[in-house]
Amino acid sequence: MRIYLDYNATAPVTAEVADAVSAALRDCPGNASSIHAFGQRAKAVLDESRAAVARLIGAEPSEIVFTSGGTEADNLAVRGVAEAQKDGARPAIITTAIEHEAVLNSVKVLGRRGWPVTVLPVPPTGVVTVDALAEALEAAGEEPPALVSVMLVNNELGTLQPVRAMAALARARGVPSHTDAVQAIGRIPVDVRDLGVDLLSIAGHKFGAPKGVGALWVRRGLALQPQSIGGRQERGRRAGTENTPAIEGLRVAAERADRQLASESARQAALRDRLERGILEKVPGAAVNGDSGARVPNTTNISFDGVEGESLVIGLDLEGIAVSTGSACSSGTLEPSHVLRAIGLAPSRIEGAVRFSLGEGTTDSEIDRVLDAVPAIVARLRTRGRARG
Amino acid sequence: MRVVVAMSGGVDSSVAAALLVDAGHDVVGVSMQLYDAAQGEERFGSCCTIDDLHDARRVAHGLGIPHYVVNLERRFEDVVVANFVREYASGRTPIPCAHCNSELKFSTLVEQAIGFNADRVATGHYARVTRDAGGVHHLFRGVDDRKDQAYFLFALTQAQLARAMFPVGNMPKDEVRRIALSRGLRVADKPDSQEICFVPDGGYASVVDRRLPADRSGLVVDAQGRVLARHEGVHHFTIGQRKGLGISAAEPLYVVRLDAKRRLVQVGPKAALDCAALTASGVNWVAGTPPAGDVPAQVQIRSRHAAAAARVKPIGSDRMEVEFDDPQSAITPGQAAVVFQDDEVLGGGWID
Repeated sequence: MRIYLDYNATAPVTAEVADAVSAALRDCPGNASSIHAFGQRAKAVLDESRAAVARLIGAEPSEIVFTSGGTEADNLAVRGVAEAQKDGARPAIITTAIEHEAVLNSVKVLGRRGWPVTVLPVPPTGVVTVDALAEALEAAGEEPPALVSVMLVNNELGTLQPVRAMAALARARGVPSHTDAVQAIGRIPVDVRDLGVDLLSIAGHKFGAPKGVGALWVRRGLALQPQSIGGRQERGRRAGTENTPAIEGLRVAAERADRQLASESARQAALRDRLERGILEKVPGAAVNGDSGARVPNTTNISFDGVEGESLVIGLDLEGIAVSTGSACSSGTLEPSHVLRAIGLAPSRIEGAVRFSLGEGTTDSEIDRVLDAVPAIVARLRTRGRARG
Repeated sequence: MRVVVAMSGGVDSSVAAALLVDAGHDVVGVSMQLYDAAQGEERFGSCCTIDDLHDARRVAHGLGIPHYVVNLERRFEDVVVANFVREYASGRTPIPCAHCNSELKFSTLVEQAIGFNADRVATGHYARVTRDAGGVHHLFRGVDDRKDQAYFLFALTQAQLARAMFPVGNMPKDEVRRIALSRGLRVADKPDSQEICFVPDGGYASVVDRRLPADRSGLVVDAQGRVLARHEGVHHFTIGQRKGLGISAAEPLYVVRLDAKRRLVQVGPKAALDCAALTASGVNWVAGTPPAGDVPAQVQIRSRHAAAAARVKPIGSDRMEVEFDDPQSAITPGQAAVVFQDDEVLGGGWID
């Protein structure tokens, strides 16, 4: 049996979700915007799902905008807020150096189009400091920035960001804030009122919904420029016929996440800690990246001295164990992880980094197998490194 | 037995992988990415493009074997492209595929094999390797004369040959294509790659100019030193070249010598290209040690050259002198001189 420890890239759908999606595909063929019974039935699916997603994050259903996933949600949040400014104003955008590309590249595009951009530095802990935001707000001067966007959980390190404190700071200056919560949902409790943010991105496939569905929570009353233009779906915030079957899957996954959060996070934290401890004990020259205290329960990012992370990923895959070197979205490029670079790791440590991310399906015996495999492969790769000289 | 096979996305390596699967091996496909995928498809010419990586992946999927792409851009740039640029800039005509094979592809494959716990490495080259009773490995031409690639593999070491497999080296290209067709490999109709992969449309001089910009303009002269024309740099020329000299003369003129230091391109009649001797450096003897003394052999001086009878005299462990029975035309510094005895590769080196 293959072992899957790459839940931060994507999580498999549960049988429950697969059944719900296929039932919706079969039994719910209508367009949710239609007047007739078929349309009403599809609309009901959207309503139920919207309510479930809202419940999961402590929001109102009317504040949920379904999207095609986390990237679209991030794009809509960042660009939607920036472009909704009155009279073409272009106040600054503030974000961090360890955001997902969906945010960082959206911000870059705005930067090229004339919005001043501040990218907050992040120390080796992998946790941005509230002080950094305070300084940036200070430096922004008279005109308040348009948006602060800080992720809730970093996808590569699993580190938690001080979003609540940062949102409060921004709010005090009248600045709205967005958080990319893609890696947080299903792993830690998320409550939009408690966080005090104004927008929050969700990707279904990270917590058991199908790929191709997600949501953006938008605080009621916040002005947002739609990024896809067409019909009046999603209260005019996102045109296009809704993906009813996937949205049905999102409902089931959201309900499941809500139900299981407490027990699963404790279980996964115990497994992750055992994995991490085991590797550090058995493999000399292994070190955890980022602050191991402030993390989601399922992730550990470990650098192996003298080993290329990519080779370790391949070596493990050949033994049936799936892990990754970092963001799956970045593989295939030669750029080293922008996250690990941003937090100031040495190049050799970046090259040797591997991310293990656990999930609902992870078992005790799987962790045992990984703890057997990793030391042997690392040792083999190290002899190879010496052979090359 | 676990075998790592280098998959370029072309017909030969795809069929090589298929044959290994048929033979019951535990096959792992590896493609080498020599440029950044984020830069799109424009940068490179005829092989190793992003499309080729996709082809390799699809073939591997069809064969049911795992497939990985390893990033070698930095090493490719350091080992192959930088050397290519340096060679042209110094008035030589390099042969990057030979450098790439020995210093990049095979060393990477062997390294990967250790990491993957694999016993052997395979490529789609048209060449053959055998092991004699004494444990020494021998390298031979592929059976298809027109496709033979042994010339490009002369620098392989005993350690590399000990792990190497060339599954298509025993068959003619037609058969390889037939196997590809019969197995429904989508790459069966792909044309063979011809150009140097990182040189767009044969414009190699622009690669040199871009990476090592300098004013290299100079004079085109004849054997007596008379100035016949000006040129934009010796890197635009190769020995034996007739076109593009910008000279009209009664008899056709050829490039016979390049002097990068003095920026001179010397031209002369075709007969001036003839020469019966050469020396070569960086010589690799496949057996691991040079022959005991002079040996009769056939020496090939570029990829499209019929190996010519010669006496070969090893000098030390890594140089040699070659004395041809008959003069050869356009012996070109930077190209490889590869020593054969019939189909066997004894070794080779870079022409001085």
